[in-house]
Order: sequence, then structure tokens, then C-alpha cells
Amino acid sequence: MTTIERAPAGSLVQQFEYGLDAPICLTWELTYACNLECAHCLSSSGRRDPRELTTEQCEAVIDELQRMQVFYVNIGGGEPTIRPDFWHLLEYAVDHQVGVKFSTNGVRINPDRARFLASTDYVDVQISLDGATAEVNDYIRGPGSYDTALTALQNLKDAGFRDAKISVVCTRQNVGQLDEFKALADRFGATLRLTRLRPSGRGADVWDELHLLPEQQRELYDWLLAHGEDVLTGDSFFHLAAFGQALPGLNLCGAGRVVCLIDPVGDVYACPFAIHDEFLAGNLLDEGGFQRVWRESELFTDLRSPQTGGACAKCQFFDSCRGGCMAAKFFTGLPLDGPDPECVQGYGQSALAGDRTVPSSSQNHSKANPTRNQPVMLKLLTRRPVSACAESPLAGYDPAREQESR
Amino acid sequence: MDPLLGEPWTLSPSVALRPERFGALAYHFGNRKLTFLKRPELVAVVRALGDQPDIRSALDAAGVPASQHAAYAAALRGLAASDMIRPRRESA
Repeated sequence: MTTIERAPAGSLVQQFEYGLDAPICLTWELTYACNLECAHCLSSSGRRDPRELTTEQCEAVIDELQRMQVFYVNIGGGEPTIRPDFWHLLEYAVDHQVGVKFSTNGVRINPDRARFLASTDYVDVQISLDGATAEVNDYIRGPGSYDTALTALQNLKDAGFRDAKISVVCTRQNVGQLDEFKALADRFGATLRLTRLRPSGRGADVWDELHLLPEQQRELYDWLLAHGEDVLTGDSFFHLAAFGQALPGLNLCGAGRVVCLIDPVGDVYACPFAIHDEFLAGNLLDEGGFQRVWRESELFTDLRSPQTGGACAKCQFFDSCRGGCMAAKFFTGLPLDGPDPECVQGYGQSALAGDRTVPSSSQNHSKANPTRNQPVMLKLLTRRPVSACAESPLAGYDPAREQESR
Repeated sequence: MDPLLGEPWTLSPSVALRPERFGALAYHFGNRKLTFLKRPELVAVVRALGDQPDIRSALDAAGVPASQHAAYAAALRGLAASDMIRPRRESA
């Protein structure tokens, strides 16, 4: 094992780069099962994995997080609230000094649950919404999902739950709605949280169509600077710091250093956006548990060693953006020591235009057959139109081909 | 002389400290604020507050030289602003 020489002092950011004894920001996806089939799902969720951790195993994880003094976890999925033991695990965590923030599409936040949530301390609720209007939201999250989210927010407000979060993945279609999102959050006494669209999971399939255009990145950056600490970002947009001024937050990639992800089967990945064998550090069911994976795994040790900036090191903005997001590079087939695909200085675009191979996914829990909740990112014409001047009603009809495609 | 130094203070009951190489993380379960205590000496001071009659004694107990008391008083004010530490009311 490599031992990293640690400077006793040094800036906090340097200390973070060496890694902490326990993560600050731990995401735990409780299930791959989901009622929705969002087009950009980071974890390609849909179906429950039969190896999903049992209630007892989840309790043991919470016990360990308490011992390691992980003060809070971000619980997600899939849709975590459809696990039958979700509410039990929530209480178990809080009773063991592990605060919970959970992300939900709102499907189970009925008036009763909202009242229960309002009565607890140490629980934060984050409702996912990717459009300030149903039209924009349902386009990628599926029909009815806007109404579900708004009903949940209303139930929370009516129950007296304070300061829910509205979590928005910024896309080409919704980035023009930032003021409307803010107004919506204000209407529900909630806080707006904006995060970056990553080409991870099913997000890889839609990234080209959904990710921000260069001028939209600038628009977002200016909006974030103007709204400062009132809007949360989960430190998502540090690649935008290369526009000039740093945004609030740490502005560094925390993967394996201060951040990691536990998936529904207990696999530990470097960050929530990197569910791929390449970033798999170990499984917490193995000897030594989560603590051993966090402190001793080869992958995390590696991520905490000094990283080379590669081609980016020569760029005058390298100190601001540190080369951007590892996951965004990986899933677009770019080298990890080169520019981010959305590099604001334009180096990403030229890198994307060059030779690259997009890695295939290493897990997929998407539903095998689409359900009525699947978003229809409308491409109405599935067949090439016949020529406009073909007059025969059977123009373009080929009985042999038609037979084959049945 | 800063009057704060003569006051009795304590760590807030909702705050947990997690030791780290640079000092400690302080987490407030009530307001969910996370703060970094960037020097081991500051961690020692914060831990000592509740057992000492006043802040000056806590600084002495942690071995902070008098020349740095003003700087530490400023840091403690910062922690008080997010309720990491709070004034101690002596029970009669």
C-alpha cells in the first residue's frame, strides 16, 4: 500500500485532496427500483436488484456510519421511498446520530407522511423537478411527474415542513426557467438546488441533446453569481469557475476524497455520478466494512494522491476548475487528465470532436419493457416519410420488410 | 482586553466534533451547519470551554499564548454566530 505523505498544515482544500477519515458527503442509493423512468437517470434505475441490502444490513451500515461520525447521508435511488422499510431506516438513522437528506420524486409524500416529516428533526427532503412547467419537466421525467412533485411540495407546506429543497438538473430545455424555478421554490417556502447534468447512466444516451450550450453555461454562471448562497449547487458547477470568479463552495472534485456513493447492493463508488466498474472501490459487505473501503481501497488511495493536470496544466484557468468533472470526462470517452467536455474555455468541444470511445455501462437496472411512466422524448416519425409526390396509398409499403419487423 | 475572554462558554449540545488531521469537523445537528476547525489548538479550546470558568482559562489550558488570544476570540465569535458554541448560563 502506498502511504501518502501528509503535510501537517496546508490549505483546507489541500487537506481535502488528501482525503478525510470519513466522507463529508455520502450518497446512499437504497434501491434501484423506481416508479419513474427519467431519461437522464444517473443510476439507470427502474428494477429492484435482487441482491439489494436487507433491512438488517442497512441498519449495520448506519451503525458503522455512526461509529465513523458521518453526520448525515444523502439518501436516493431509484425512488427510495418505495422500499417498504424506508420510513423505518429513516428513523433508525436519525436515532443513531446520522441525519438524513433524501431525494424523492414525491410519489409517497402524502399528507400523512408530510406531517410525520414535519415532526422530525434532522430530516431534509429534496424533491426532484427538472422543469418549472409540466411540459418541460415531463419531457424527461415522464407524464404526470410534475404534478406528483408539486403535490408533494404542497403536502409538505401544508404540514408545516420548513425549507424543503427543490432539486433541478440543469438542461438545455430548463435553463431558461431559472427565475421561474426560484419563484416556485419561494412559493413553497423551499430552497432551490441546481445541479449539473452528467452523462452518467441513461444520461449518456441523452447528454448530447440535453447538456447546456456554451452560451447557456454563461447564462447559468451569471445567474449563480447573482444568487450566491441563496441557491444550493452541491458544488456541482466548479467547472464554470474558469469563467473567472469562483462560485460558492469548495470548487474541487471530491470523488473518493470527501465524497462517495454506496449503491443498493453495497458497492462503494467514488462519487454518485460514477457508477461504473472503473470507479468501484469495493463492497461494504466484505471484511472491514465501509470503513476499510473508505480508508484503504486502492482506488480511493489513488484518487487522493497528487493528480496530474495533463493537457489542462498549461491552461491559465487550471487553478480555478482543476480540469473539471472526472465522471463527465469518463462517460464521454475523454481522457481523465484532459479537459472537461463542457470546458468553458472551449477545449472540451475540440476534445469531443476528436477520436474517442464512449465506455459501455457496467450496470443497467432500466425496466426491460417501457411502462406508461416512460418519458416520450418525442420523435414522432419512426419511419422515413415517403416522398411527398408519391400518390399511391401503398407507396413505400414493402410487404416483405413489414413482415420481418413484426 | 476583549471582554469575551472573561465569559463562561460551552460547546452547543447539538454539536458533534469529528477529529481530522487538520483539526476537526464540527457538525450542528440542529441547523445542519458544518464547520471546519482548522487548527488542533482551536479544537482543544472548544473542547475545554465547558470545563473552564471562562474562555481565557480554556485558551490557557489549550496552551494558546496570550499574544494569540485576540485572534482566537475572533475565531470563537465566528463559531458562536452559527451556534457551534454558546454562552453558558451558570445554574444558581
